[in-house]
Amino acid sequence: MLEVKQLKTQIDTNEGVVKAVDGVSFTVEAGQTVGIVGESGSGKSVLAHSIMQLNPVPPTFYPEGEIIFEGKNLLNLSERELRKIRGNEIAMIFQDPMSSLNPVFKIGDQLVEAVLTHQKMSRQDARARAVELLTDVGIPDPERRMNDYPHQFSGGMRQRVLIAIALACNPKLLIADEPTTALDVTIQAQILELMRDIQKKYGTAIIMITHDLGVVSQMADKVLVMYSGRIVEEGSVEDIFYRPSMPYTWSLLRSLPRLDAEAHERLINIEGQPPNLVSPPKGCNFHPRCPFSTEQCLEVDPELTVRGDGHFAACILSGQEFDSEKKRMEFADKKGVPQ
Amino acid sequence: MLQYTVRRLVSIIPVMLIVSVIVFLIVHLTPGNPAYLILGEDSSPEAIEQLEAQLGLDKPMVMQFFDWIKNIFTGDLGQSIYSSEPVTQVIMERVGPTFSLMMMSMALTLLIAIPTAIFVVWRRNTVLDPLFTSASLVGASIPEFWFAMLLVLGLGVAIPIFPVAGYVPIAEGFFTWFYHLILPAFVLAAVEIGLIARMLRDGMLEAVNQDYTKTARAKGVKESIVLMKHVFSNALIPTTTVIGVTVAGLLGGTVIIETIFTIPGIGQLLIDSIHRRDYPVIQGVVLFIAAIYVVINLLVDLLYAFLDPRIRYD
Ligand SMILES: Nc1ncnc2c1ncn2[C@@H]1O[C@H](COP(=O)(O)OP(=O)(O)OP(=O)(O)O)[C@@H](O)[C@H]1O
Ligand code: SF4
Ligand SMILES: [Mg+2]
Repeated sequence: MLEVKQLKTQIDTNEGVVKAVDGVSFTVEAGQTVGIVGESGSGKSVLAHSIMQLNPVPPTFYPEGEIIFEGKNLLNLSERELRKIRGNEIAMIFQDPMSSLNPVFKIGDQLVEAVLTHQKMSRQDARARAVELLTDVGIPDPERRMNDYPHQFSGGMRQRVLIAIALACNPKLLIADEPTTALDVTIQAQILELMRDIQKKYGTAIIMITHDLGVVSQMADKVLVMYSGRIVEEGSVEDIFYRPSMPYTWSLLRSLPRLDAEAHERLINIEGQPPNLVSPPKGCNFHPRCPFSTEQCLEVDPELTVRGDGHFAACILSGQEFDSEKKRMEFADKKGVPQ
Repeated sequence: MLQYTVRRLVSIIPVMLIVSVIVFLIVHLTPGNPAYLILGEDSSPEAIEQLEAQLGLDKPMVMQFFDWIKNIFTGDLGQSIYSSEPVTQVIMERVGPTFSLMMMSMALTLLIAIPTAIFVVWRRNTVLDPLFTSASLVGASIPEFWFAMLLVLGLGVAIPIFPVAGYVPIAEGFFTWFYHLILPAFVLAAVEIGLIARMLRDGMLEAVNQDYTKTARAKGVKESIVLMKHVFSNALIPTTTVIGVTVAGLLGGTVIIETIFTIPGIGQLLIDSIHRRDYPVIQGVVLFIAAIYVVINLLVDLLYAFLDPRIRYD
């Protein structure tokens, strides 16, 4: 349904051209949930905005690649054609529900706008549809709440409203950019549950962007690990969690506290700084932080290679080499020898 | 909201009292004897004394003040020394031209500033934006009287399209009224256009990358509607305060403009009365202007609450 091919998204800044997305390819099938994980600044949001063509142009530009959605390359569509897709076939929810609703309009009017932008119907019918949507996302007393303003809703309720807005036209693909990061733990779980219900009910495909590995493990059919604008590993939840095949993914998992820790503590924290995206390191982008890096990593820029059925990783180490390196590292760890 | 409005209305009273004390003191402590001015320099001391007694100027100042305040509460601002007409009547006769001038220049300001700001924000990545920023700065720094003279010379004398002076009441025909006011109203508006357009542009540029704007775009809403509806309505909130100050500023501007274009409004009345040392009229006019100022401020605060649902005064 969606096929991203060798996409590059770059941003012109005073410091130089930021290579925020640097040759990313992946596919999303109808009804599938694809999780994208990566540290802060790895380009997840820019990638999500690229699919919707919502990055401001300029300073953003797309020097290479294709985004094929149902046979059409979104990068070649006119603004008008894009508008027909935005909110209608592909919808998006953003990270911060507190600031994503317009503070000066009533919730009902913001929903009605979403409905009427793509569907021809009377205002009255649109309001009825809006009430239905609010009911769908579990907002109590929806009729009355239509007339409330965003500041009268809690964060979790606002995220529900935003999901309702996204669902207004029964999109085929829903892009959720860290939909639960700004919410507290119990609300997070409720929102994820709601998204699963919606997917079951409407068969919507979901791209779930997060830096919370817990969220990915609960939701995703397929996981993409992003590092400095690239996909460095792709596989099923089992592949990523039990058979990580390159050092970055492995470090991510190792940085996970135990499962009994609070979900919001399960954030990624790896030693070192993410690379500068204006002039990324030569060779493998991860080499300055990689515990396994060798001379060769300074020269060779590894491509994604097959590691199993639907499992790909970008590292010069083969599966066997990586396994033995890993064992040595873990052994050293146990003995308390510094890496 | 109603409660707040009532509370604000009540709070006007002490403000006006303080204003009236200040006005009274300023006028009465400036040197110059009105009796001299009315009767002429070479009149007899007896005649002057008699007139002073008649006008109440011989009483102690405190008494004069209390007389004045007492009368204000009965709606009586006294009598003009110059024309012997009641001050309220003198003011009311001059209200029409001043309000016409202010309304027209406010309308011009908004009609020009709003579309300009929207257009500049729409074309924000072009050379238009820095061009606009400098232009608005120039507009805001031009002295009013100089610009007025320039326009009078250009469009009144060199190419006589517009009348350079005078005022025609709206009752004598909308078009002539409009035609006589357009030039002075434009001069009065010039400073404010730059200021308000600039405020709006700044507010819109801030709103244009906000998350709620992204949500609107993600819905598939047209960029022009995103700007005019979502971005503009948010930028309007901070601009409202400036618009309030502007209206008050227009009131001050009318004094200069009415003099230049000989429009028989409140501003001209004030200048004339100062020349004549017509104390009651000066006091009345200043008090009237202060009252308008206070009322405008109240209206702006109420408008603020209307535009921004997050603000509730109760
Ligand atoms: N408008 C912009 N101007 C300059 N650089 C930008 C801009 N937007 C994003 N970037 C850069 O692009 C890179 C990717 O940013 P992006 O927001 O996609 O990260 P992210 O993975 O979504 O991070 P987070 O988890 O913090 O949301 C970052 O290095 C960021 O600094
Ligand atoms: S290529 Fe080298 S530096 Fe890059 S992840 Fe593999 S081992 Fe580490
Ligand atoms: Mg992000």
